Formats: sequence, C-alpha cells, structure tokens
Amino acid sequence: MSDVLMKAFDAPTREDLPEIRIGDSVTVYVKVNVGQKNERVQMVRGLVIAKGGYNNNEHFTVRRIAPGGIGVELTYLVRSPRIESIKVQRHAHVRRAKLYYMRGRTGKSARLKEKRY
Amino acid sequence: MKGLVGIKLGMTQVFDEDGSVTPVTLIQAGPCYVTQVKTEDTDGYNAVQVGFDEVKASRLSKAERGHLGLLKADAKHGTRKEAMGVPALRHLNEFRIDNPSEYELGQALTVETFDVGEKVDVTGITKGRGFAGVVKRYGFKGGPKTHGQSDRWRAPGSIGATSTTARVFKGTRMAGRMGNDRHTVQNLKVMRIDSERNLIAVKGAIPGSKGGVIIIREAVKG
Repeated sequence: MSDVLMKAFDAPTREDLPEIRIGDSVTVYVKVNVGQKNERVQMVRGLVIAKGGYNNNEHFTVRRIAPGGIGVELTYLVRSPRIESIKVQRHAHVRRAKLYYMRGRTGKSARLKEKRY
Repeated sequence: MKGLVGIKLGMTQVFDEDGSVTPVTLIQAGPCYVTQVKTEDTDGYNAVQVGFDEVKASRLSKAERGHLGLLKADAKHGTRKEAMGVPALRHLNEFRIDNPSEYELGQALTVETFDVGEKVDVTGITKGRGFAGVVKRYGFKGGPKTHGQSDRWRAPGSIGATSTTARVFKGTRMAGRMGNDRHTVQNLKVMRIDSERNLIAVKGAIPGSKGGVIIIREAVKG
C-alpha cells in the first residue's frame, strides 16, 4: 500500500512553526473553545517530554506543573490548525527520546542542564 | 443502490475546518467498470455487475477473459462483448439496482458516485483469528484468577445442566474459528473524496486487513 496515497488527505505541514525537540521548554499558543461559539487563545508553557506519530498524526506532549504542584501533560497534533504558534524558550541537554522520568521529579531534581548551540 | 469495489489502504485521521480531528479509513475505490447489466426480463432481477482492479489479461482464466470480452475471437468477430472495452479485471461484484437502463456495458464508475457527507455501508472480510477461545471470541469474562483457582482464567464456565437436559444445546457459544467472515459496517460517513486518485475516506474502522477487498454501498438505513 502506497505511502503517498495514505497522505492524500493530510493537512499541509506547518512551516511557520519552529522545530521542536525533546527537552525543549516551549510556550504553545492554542485555540480553545469557550462555551458554544467563542474562541480564545490559551497559553501552555512547559517541557516537551515526548514526540510521536507521523504524517497527520505527528504529535508532541508538553508537561507543565499547574498551580498546586500538579503535573499536567497535554498532547498536541503538530499539524493542527488549532495551534496558533509555538515559541521555544530553551533547549535542555537530554539523553532520552522520552522524558517520562520527569514525572517522578519536582523542584531541584526536575532541573535539566541547558544546551547551547 | 450505488456501489463500488475497492481496496482498504489503512487508517489515518483528518482535520475539519475548525481543527477537530476525525479518525478515517482510506479506501482506494474504483475505477470500476460495468461488466454486465442484469434485467428483470433476462435474469429475473435487476442488477449491475461491476469489475475492479486492473490486472494483466493473462492472470485471468479463459472463462473470465471470455466474460469480459477479452478473447481474440471476440475481437475477430466483433461480438457484443468486444464493444465493452473494459480492461482485465480481478474482482467482480454485483449490486442490485432499480433502473438498469441507467447503466451500460463498459461504463466506468468512479468515487464521484458518492458525495462527501453521505452515509455508506462498507463490507469486507474480517481478519482471521484462527481457533480462538471463548473470552476473545464472545467476550466471556473467564474465571477468577486468584483465590485458589487454577487453570480457570479463560475457561467458558458451565455449558449446560446435568441430567435434566443431559446434553449441550445446539448453538452454545464455545471456542472455535474466529474471523475471516464477511462483515458489514453500516452508516459510515464519507469524510473526503479524491477523484484524481480514486480515494474515499470514511469515518471510523472497516473490516479486514490493509489490501483487503472492500465493497462500498449506499447506506441501507441512510
């Protein structure tokens, strides 16, 4: 079965979005529905702990610590038209493709070393 | 009854205008060619036979080639079938129709038969699961895993009473061959159509493996 055919109805790639890597601290601006009709842009700031999927299904997971110290993980589709923009704040030096070990960490142990280019 | 034959390509997801995501199955459907029109007068019922999937003529049996009007003799004598002008087709399928005069031999049917938003029924052969136990095949609970039980987790339990019936009723659900059956999923919404590449995307899952032959019909319960 042809890959080309499987991509036939895919949304175009979002050239306007920056490249995201595992360990990046990002701010994602995403449109959310408020009530029935109204829309507003929500800002989510956190750490990219996972990426996955391909074609239309490509996605990444942002982990942030919500008030009260509760960890919240949100997964976004990269090609989603609901994503307004993404800002990459800093890159961290990481040695894993999935940073699930961050789930058990808070405070000092949740720090990651910054990577500069 | 509109219908097409196609091949399942696999599942993916598509975005709507508002950014919501829908799971879809892609089907490469058609172009199908009308290979025979059956009418009440000649066959006792109205139907149209369509063929799908072009192959080399040598891959078909002589009888199949004869049916499609591909034999040299047809060309020589200019028989009725020779005028069909259809390629060699691997799969033939019949659809009941109301008005046979709308179809003619050799006519090509494309994905444009269906519209976006329309409901369709999709038929395919489910994946074979071999000799499956009762838990997988019928969703039985199985037995307890703990509290001193052994060899009971996937057991069917009782299959009948003792001496009052002294037999097991016919049709009692037990382990056996599962899958590889013809199944139809009804009322799937057509999400996208690509007439250039003969693609249809229907919402949700359909029976069968990738590359399996699929029959798409107008929804019966529309």
